[in-house]
Amino acid sequence: MDLFEYQARDLLASHGVPVLPGGVAETPEEAEAIAREIAQPVVVKAQVKVGGRGKAGGVKLADNPEDARARAQDILGLDIKGHITHKVMVAQASDIAEEYYFSYLLDRSNRTFLAMASKEGGMEIEQLAVERPEALARIPVDASKGVDEAKAAEIVDAAGFPADVRDQVIAIAVRLWDVFSKEDATLVEINPLAKAPDGTVLALDAKVTLDANADFRQTEHAALEDAAAADPLEARAKEKNLNYVKLEGEVGIIGNGAGLVMSTLDVVAYAGEEFGGVKPANFLDIGGGASAEVMANGLEIILSDPAVKSVFVNVFGGITSCDAVANGIVSALGILGDEATKPLVVRLDGNNVEEGRRILAEANHPLVTVVDTMDGAARRAAELAA
Amino acid sequence: MSIFLNENSKVIVQGMTGSEGSKHTSRMLASGTAIVGGVNPRKAGTSVDFDGTGVPVFGGVAEAMKETGADVSVIFVPPPFAKAAVIEAVDAGIGLAVVITEGIPVHDSTYFWAHAQGSSTRIIGPNCPGLISPGRSNAGIIPANITQGGKIGLVSKSGTLTYQMMYELRDIGFSTAVGIGGDPVIGTTHIDCLQAFQDDPETEAIVMIGEIGGDAEERAADFVKANVTKPVVGYVAGFTAPEGKTMGHAGAIVSGSAGTAQAKKEALEAAGVRVGKTPSETARLMREIVG
Repeated sequence: MDLFEYQARDLLASHGVPVLPGGVAETPEEAEAIAREIAQPVVVKAQVKVGGRGKAGGVKLADNPEDARARAQDILGLDIKGHITHKVMVAQASDIAEEYYFSYLLDRSNRTFLAMASKEGGMEIEQLAVERPEALARIPVDASKGVDEAKAAEIVDAAGFPADVRDQVIAIAVRLWDVFSKEDATLVEINPLAKAPDGTVLALDAKVTLDANADFRQTEHAALEDAAAADPLEARAKEKNLNYVKLEGEVGIIGNGAGLVMSTLDVVAYAGEEFGGVKPANFLDIGGGASAEVMANGLEIILSDPAVKSVFVNVFGGITSCDAVANGIVSALGILGDEATKPLVVRLDGNNVEEGRRILAEANHPLVTVVDTMDGAARRAAELAA
Repeated sequence: MSIFLNENSKVIVQGMTGSEGSKHTSRMLASGTAIVGGVNPRKAGTSVDFDGTGVPVFGGVAEAMKETGADVSVIFVPPPFAKAAVIEAVDAGIGLAVVITEGIPVHDSTYFWAHAQGSSTRIIGPNCPGLISPGRSNAGIIPANITQGGKIGLVSKSGTLTYQMMYELRDIGFSTAVGIGGDPVIGTTHIDCLQAFQDDPETEAIVMIGEIGGDAEERAADFVKANVTKPVVGYVAGFTAPEGKTMGHAGAIVSGSAGTAQAKKEALEAAGVRVGKTPSETARLMREIVG
């Protein structure tokens, strides 16, 4: 889960990383009230989870609280690359003497953590990495050891931070590691890390990504979720513990196993090219079990998607054999009754496949077509949705 | 021959008394695996009956190894306790630790991976179906009755795509099929398996299944080009996955322009790997080589 800037800022502050005073507002009035509490001028920043908001007019300076209110009025509701601005952060504006960069992230390729630091901050780090790679220090962090003061000094010195800020940046690097490790983050990034004219170093903007697998021990992270932005079908699926992602297409997909379902989406998209560009409407993995109840829950979500015109149920009977899956489909259709209104193409293969197909044939449900191969079934489902 | 697992493998199960652990221990036994013990400190000294086969429960991995000569551990321990379970297996010096558990925080898996460096333990997973050398041993949750022993080696990030491929090519059969898992940080990689299959005289050709996220497939493609002389057929899932959305597996996510299926397919093809458009086409390509 990616956090909004204000959430990232609060998280950093809670671990002792210095930030500027400020708050988050959903209305111009709230923005004005926050501005009254802090020193002027202030900066009003759109809270969207996408880069480039400055260029899109999502970051404005304001000289006084009334001005902050007007700027918030301009920014709230702004569409930034498809993200509507529902909140603004109002923070004390800082004069900047120098800008730096500091981050910790998961380095998948090397199966370790990585510290990245540069005394040249402010620009997009991807751009810096390409244009001036020598200016970006990349220091691996052993996950079993972490970052203490000595490790932090190694990173800070590798990046060549100026002597007058060295100690401050080392202290921030240690606290930022606390954020990264104690909050189960996969990314914490401060850009820019700024030196104010008085020599104080602080985090002016931050990005944080949290690991959803750690939710069981990070119970307060649930409150950081942006419920307003969630797709309503995705939200309902989540309530039912279904692994569902809404896509822009017409063929509803149910399958077992993440890899097989991703593959099913691809095969449907290929088949759809023949039928005017029909595409998969969703990702839905019902897991190895494929019980009747889970099948019914999954079908119910997919059938309630108005964009869906046909449904492709693609199950490989491995751990659960095909006869159990077929019984699950028949029971699910029984549970749904009149709610089942769209044609279903079912492909079953694997253990006990003959018995599974026999069960479906015997049930003879008017909406169900059984096709033996995955490619053939995808073609039929695409044709029905065209 | 086979890789990582053979008829002499002695397998223990950490988390054997839990619901998943006991269900799959029963299935592993039924497929001929030598399950020599389970580990649960609270039930040490007891024995669990699986259809007439009594399996002793030990208090720890080291004790289980000492008493039984076990060299493989299959781990079903739930996410909050999985890190400690893997570390225990590594510290006991087990040869192979197969981590089935899904949902382990990546800070924990990165930690136990770092901890295992320089040790004698190979880690497979987490979030994987395990591995099978059909007819010899089965360490994990891969259904044993969908294929047979043979000359194809398979390595895959996905469980059900592994099963699908094993089933489609069941008449030819497999030396070993390894599900390496769909998490962002995993112990054994495509490259480790490609190397082992290249060195395994029984394996004549290799199927490699990948999916969106990370750059493991691109790195594997470089490895194939430089080191693998046996024919390799590939498949990549997730061409239609949108950017920034996790597709079921924690590691299956396209970030910006990184980790796309298209880039992986192109890298594999540039390395001389024939890549199927669908799983069935991939099976056909393999059949042309070894059929």
